[in-house]
Amino acid sequence: MGLSSPLVLTGATADIRVLIVVTLIYVLVIGYLGFYGYKTTRTSTDYLLAGRNIHPYVMALSYGATFISTSAIVGFGGVAAQLGMGLLWLTVLNIFVGIFVAFVLLGKRTRRMGHNLDAHTFPEFLGRRYRSRFIQVFAAGIIFLLMPLYAAAVLRGGAEFLRATFQIDLAVATFAFALIVATYVVAGGLRGVMFTDALQGSIMFAGMLLLLTITYSKVGGVLEGHRALTALADQVPEGLAGIGMRGWTSMPAFGSPIWLSLVTTLVLGVGIGVLAQPQLAVRFMTVRSGRELNRAVLVGGVFIIVMTGVAFLVGALSNVYFMQQEGALAVAAAGGNVDQVIPRYINSAMPAWFVVLFMLTLLSAAMSTISSQFHAMGSAIGRDIYEEGVRRGHVTGGASILVTRVGIIVAFVITLALALWLPAGIIAAATVVFFGTCAASFLPMFIGGLFCRGVTRLGAQAGMVTGFMVAILWLAFAHASSAKRLMICQALFGRDTLAPFPWSAMDPLVLALPMSALVTIVVSLATRRMEDTHLDRCMAGVGVRPTAS
Amino acid sequence: MLGIPDPAIWMALVLCLASTVLCVIYGALNWNRDDDSVCESPDRERAWEKEEERLEEEL
Repeated sequence: MGLSSPLVLTGATADIRVLIVVTLIYVLVIGYLGFYGYKTTRTSTDYLLAGRNIHPYVMALSYGATFISTSAIVGFGGVAAQLGMGLLWLTVLNIFVGIFVAFVLLGKRTRRMGHNLDAHTFPEFLGRRYRSRFIQVFAAGIIFLLMPLYAAAVLRGGAEFLRATFQIDLAVATFAFALIVATYVVAGGLRGVMFTDALQGSIMFAGMLLLLTITYSKVGGVLEGHRALTALADQVPEGLAGIGMRGWTSMPAFGSPIWLSLVTTLVLGVGIGVLAQPQLAVRFMTVRSGRELNRAVLVGGVFIIVMTGVAFLVGALSNVYFMQQEGALAVAAAGGNVDQVIPRYINSAMPAWFVVLFMLTLLSAAMSTISSQFHAMGSAIGRDIYEEGVRRGHVTGGASILVTRVGIIVAFVITLALALWLPAGIIAAATVVFFGTCAASFLPMFIGGLFCRGVTRLGAQAGMVTGFMVAILWLAFAHASSAKRLMICQALFGRDTLAPFPWSAMDPLVLALPMSALVTIVVSLATRRMEDTHLDRCMAGVGVRPTAS
Repeated sequence: MLGIPDPAIWMALVLCLASTVLCVIYGALNWNRDDDSVCESPDRERAWEKEEERLEEEL
């Protein structure tokens, strides 16, 4: 979810000079960590995989902070203010699927197999697993094509926030923000990115934990707050009640448009889509052993509940606060703008010192996400497309790092251009487009490659292309909210969507992912298995627990 | 439960906490397990590093 309007988080509540000084100190520390990453980077393994020896705390926070952008806190927090606590099911999936399943079931195998294959990027991992240059280049092409939109959404959100906070021009804010991030990514590589992510994740953790504590104290405690929110059920606006909303502590009516949107797009689309995010999956290969992933599970689980869990609880509970203080629901108090609910709540309910901390929290959330996006796009352009697709692997050593650095600069320019010139509607659809397409294209062959020796090269290729095509077509012509924003269906057929309800409310994941999986299985069954020597090399030590502890 | 009447909501809240507890317990119980770094061929790893350094120097 992208942010379509400025976040106002300043003015009466916090002194602008304090904000500027704190931000400058923050940028200096970030710059130092980027420089430290630069000084400790010598090989392409350092630059692309942080030397494969990252500390589990840093890995877990980097994974979490990359996953959680400003939109996850402010945008989804606003959605919780509008739709209620049903969004907590997304947090359940974020923790159980996004951390536990991802780290324990997929992460350990990815790390081991990635090491066996000497893979440095997610597309390279898939390409080497299936011995297919096509898979590597196609996967990198999807990243190159769609991630700039997602990155532009995050960049726009961060820049809008800077513009409103420091009262500066939007173009200047966008350029400055992107330049600061790109500089430390180009210099420090993944080491720089992960060190800064860890600091940013720590700031986010402190900010969100305090936000929850203060919020519950404002609404009279946990039980009192929940009861007061339940009592607001008769205040549900007519427009929302008509499409299934039943209150902020109740799930929407089963099968209603709100239920379908909540369950398929927000909960399943984002909750499962996280498993096939290239910028996240690559992090499994940055640690030395499975032990580090075990430790990271502990840190990651606690981190994520304090991120999305708090954002959704506070978003919903802000209705109680605004009703007590202003006699209005949160969205109404924010002028009808869902994206303004959390900033308006922070300004109104929180002390001035917290506004400064929350400003750093949001800045950290945006920077940690976009830095990883720049790195993933840069490695896709440089390592996967140029080195593997154009030069056929004939680039090595220092030249390889240089190629990725140039790739990151190209990604920076494209993202910047999109953030400045693309219509807000397309930007807002970007996250759903990227998550849905990645899950449908990569997830079946990724899981198949980790667990099953029977998935063939052709099966993986066919499944990936099918998933990509179905997801893109579904987003452009069927999924109503995305199709309306992308405007392709309107231009060709004069309608927002070609699909009737309930199909128009369903996330692409619901159709594209099963189709991609089915094609992968059917084609694999019909084609020749890959050579045993290659499969033995891939699977060596994969899924085997070492006896020594 | 927890001041929330709809089981579908309080269950989500409970499962959030339960999932977090699961992560904490799993991480704590396996804190020192699965150290498979020793199983990987250190010679191969050193060879990669040397190769990369050699190519870097050449360039």
